[in-house]
Formats: sequence, structure tokens, C-alpha cells
Amino acid sequence: MKPILIAKNLTKSYAKGIFALNNVSFELDQGKVLVVMGPSGSGKSTLIRTINGLETFDKGELNILGIKIGSDNDERKIQKIRRRVGMVFQQFNLFPHLTILENITLAPIQVQKRQQKEAEEYGMYLLSQMGIESHSKKYPSQLSGGEQQRVAIARSLALKPELLLFDEPTSALDPERINEVLDEMRRLADQGMTMIVVTHEIKFAKEVSDQVLFIDSGKIIEISSPDVFFSNASHERSRKFLNQIN
Amino acid sequence: MSKNKKIFFQIVLMFALLGFTGILINNLIINLTRTDIGFKFNWLIKPASFSLAEHSLPYSPSDSYAWALFIGWINSLKVIISSLILATCIGTLIGFLRVGKNSFFRITTAGFITIVRQTPLLIQLMCWYFVGFLSIRNNTFLNIRNILNISNKGIEFFGLYLSSEFSALLLGLSIFSSAFIAEVIRGGIQSVPLGQWEAYRSLGISEKQGFFKIIIPQALPAFIPGLTSQYLNLAKNSTLAIAVGYSDIYAINDTIINQTGRAIECFIILLFSFLILNLLITKVMGIIDKSIMRSRI
Repeated sequence: MKPILIAKNLTKSYAKGIFALNNVSFELDQGKVLVVMGPSGSGKSTLIRTINGLETFDKGELNILGIKIGSDNDERKIQKIRRRVGMVFQQFNLFPHLTILENITLAPIQVQKRQQKEAEEYGMYLLSQMGIESHSKKYPSQLSGGEQQRVAIARSLALKPELLLFDEPTSALDPERINEVLDEMRRLADQGMTMIVVTHEIKFAKEVSDQVLFIDSGKIIEISSPDVFFSNASHERSRKFLNQIN
Repeated sequence: MSKNKKIFFQIVLMFALLGFTGILINNLIINLTRTDIGFKFNWLIKPASFSLAEHSLPYSPSDSYAWALFIGWINSLKVIISSLILATCIGTLIGFLRVGKNSFFRITTAGFITIVRQTPLLIQLMCWYFVGFLSIRNNTFLNIRNILNISNKGIEFFGLYLSSEFSALLLGLSIFSSAFIAEVIRGGIQSVPLGQWEAYRSLGISEKQGFFKIIIPQALPAFIPGLTSQYLNLAKNSTLAIAVGYSDIYAINDTIINQTGRAIECFIILLFSFLILNLLITKVMGIIDKSIMRSRI
């Protein structure tokens, strides 16, 4: 199968000798779920944000859905990638001045130039899939964190993306709200969505992911299947990390 | 501090304040009786017997002082409202450029803001009037086919004539206030969480659309308090009109004080005319603020 994403030697440094990304290379096949783990400040957020151009990089090359971007960070190519890659943030980042449905239909109408009626119908369909269609006329502040995050997922799905990025999607949620979001993500994975997920949820990683990428100090320590990573991690650093979060 | 002690201190403070006001009023009464001037407003209906270079309503020297003051109030209102609009336009543009992506505009607008905010308005007004308008050589600076004509007599735009005094004041006030307004705009824009920028970008929404559809609506409520105080400042600063010889309410008050010696009465009139004007500005901004707040629940 042809990989949907190829990262080659991605390197980014803030100051001399301090790397946010250090020669990061990996591939991701269509329909696969990659979980990115690592201690705080390890570069996992930087890595996932590089993929849709929210962060730039200094060296290396990214090939996403056949669009190649280099260290020149070509704005037009990044824009093309963003239209085909969705992102879900830790803080949801819903637009507080728009209703739930407007949050979802804004990009389809503005970016993909779809008819409002069509966009709204699809938006309602996405909301009903998540079981929150009754909230469509409300504003984000009227919803719980878990509901807001599900709206954020629906918002990124509205553009019918070919790759979804999740940057610690459950870290800002109350513990009892985490599962409702993880269940949606699980459902998407079952439907064959290609996903990259930065998370500390070991259960989710074990059950849903195809690969676990462990990163520390901007360097990939290992990429293994979840079975291997959680029971028999090949690196000392990975084992130490797993002991700490368990 | 116990509750009784608190009440005691408040009573003491109240009496001190009342006593101080009493002393001031007493002084005023003593001085007014000593100089035999009294405290009257009947002079208001006497003819002003001075001419005004600028009047939006019919005026002649035989009209009353009261009418002259009203003309002055209208003149003030004219320059305040037009400066308010111009300053908001320039300030918003500069504020946008100040936070924009273009580094040339970012640096030049930062320079503009620094220079304008750090120099006195009086000097800027003098500069616009004497250096800007009165020094225009050959009497004409710019003439575009009878549409726009800038000369030492002022600005003529589509048949609308603005005197050089009015123009200097308008430009001076607008540019001075625009620098402060630009900072209000910048502060408001930067108060929107970074995540909002990232959210629209990650949806492939263009910078322009994201800015106007996502960022500005959220920044609007943060603009209002800052803008209100800048508008109030602008209204009060308009009294510097006297420096460039524009007949605003303060300048006319000044002339009347010279003629009649009615300083106390004139300053009371001045005080109330500005109080009314600024309460009006505050009220209008309050209505705008409320409507913005309502639109976002």
C-alpha cells in the first residue's frame, strides 16, 4: 500500500544544539492509526503540528497525500494540505461567537464553496453520528468539554479529510468525559480513517493504534506495534517512560 | 479594622470633603462680592459684537453671546465627530498593519505610533497648521481636477470646503488619536487566544477570511472600553483648537471672558457643554457595547 505520509529527516531547532525535531523520519499507510507518545517537551506536539503547517521546520521533507513540502514551507502547498488534513486540538478551539452548526459549516462554505444547505445537512449528519445534534443551535460555551471536543471532531470531518491529526484530544477533559471522545475516535478508526494521535491514553493506544511512535528530545526512539511497545519496549528510555505513566 | 472604625473614617472623610468644597465656594463668593461682579447669566442675551471666521449656522456680530457660544459648540461638535471618524479609520488600519504579517508595515506602524504618542498634541497641531498648511508655497500644494484641492486656504474636496484651521485641527486630532486607537485595536486583536488562529488555519480558511470572520468578531468587545476612553480624550483635546485659531467652544469662551469678565459663568458653561458631549459619547459606546455583547449571548 502506498503511504499517505512520508516524513524524511525532519529537523527543527530553536537554539543551537536544542532540537524540537531531530532527523525525524517515518511513514504512515492509509487507514492506519499512529499514536505518538513521549514525555512533555519531547517534540510530539511539534511533530503533529508540522504536518499541517502550524509549525515550520528547518531541514528535511514532508510528503503528505502526494504534496511535497520542504524547509521553504511553501504557503500555497500548506494551504492545499490543510484542506485535506483535519486537526483536533487539546483546547477544542471552537469559535465561541458561532453556533455549533456554524462552527462546522464555516470551512465547507468558505473553503470548499459548498452550498449552505448542503453543508448544513452534512453538518447535522455529523452531529447526529456523535449524538449531539440537539445542540446544533447552541454556542460552544453552553456545552461540556466532551461535547465541545466532539463538535471539534465533527468540524474537522466536515471537510472530508483524508488524514486526521489529534493533539492530546482528551488532556483538557474531566476524567468521566474522556471516554465519549475516545469512543468517537475509535469509531472513526473502525471506519478506516487514517489518524495520527498524540495521547497518553494507553488503553486507547493498545486497542486502536497500529503503530506507536515514541519520541524524546525531538528524536524518534522507537516505532513499534502496540503489542511490542507496551509489553516489551526495545529501548530503556521507552520502558522508563511507560513505568512513569503507568 | 472593625466595622465601627470603618464607618468613623468614612464620616471623617466625608466631612473633610464637604469642608474643602465649602472653603472653595466661600472664597468664590467673597471674591465675587469684593470685585462687585456677581454671578449672573443675563449678559448671555447681549450682542456678542465679535465676528467668527467659521459658522455652520447664520451668525453676525449683532447676535447674542448665547448664540455665539452655540455656534462654538456646533464647531466643536463638527471637528470632534469628523476627527472621531477619521481617527477610527486611520487607527484601525494602522492597528491591523501593526499585527499583520508584512514586516515592513509592522515596523513603520510601530515607528508611527511611537513618534505620535510620545510628542505633545499641541506641537503636532502647530506643526500641521504652520508647517503643513500656512507654509504651502505658491498657495497650492495639490490640485486634482477640481476634485481635491489642498492650498494654504485649506482643503476643498468635491465642493466641500474645509478651512486651513479646521483641516489642521482635523488632521492633528485624527492622527494623534489614531496612534492610541491603533494600540487599542492591537490589544484587542492580541487578546484573542492563539488557538483561534490555529483553528481557522487548520481548516484551510485563508488569513483574510479568518481575520475578519473569526478574529475580529472576538476582538470587538475588547475594543470598546479602550475606544470609548480615546474618544473622550479626543473630545477634550479638541479644546486645543485655540492654538490654530479655530473657533471652537473654548476659543469663543475665551473671547467672551475677555470681553465680559464673566470667567466663572463661562467656565461653568464650558464644563457642562463638555459633560453633555462626553456623556453622549459614553452612552452611544455603551449601546454599541451592549449590542455586541447581546449578539454573542
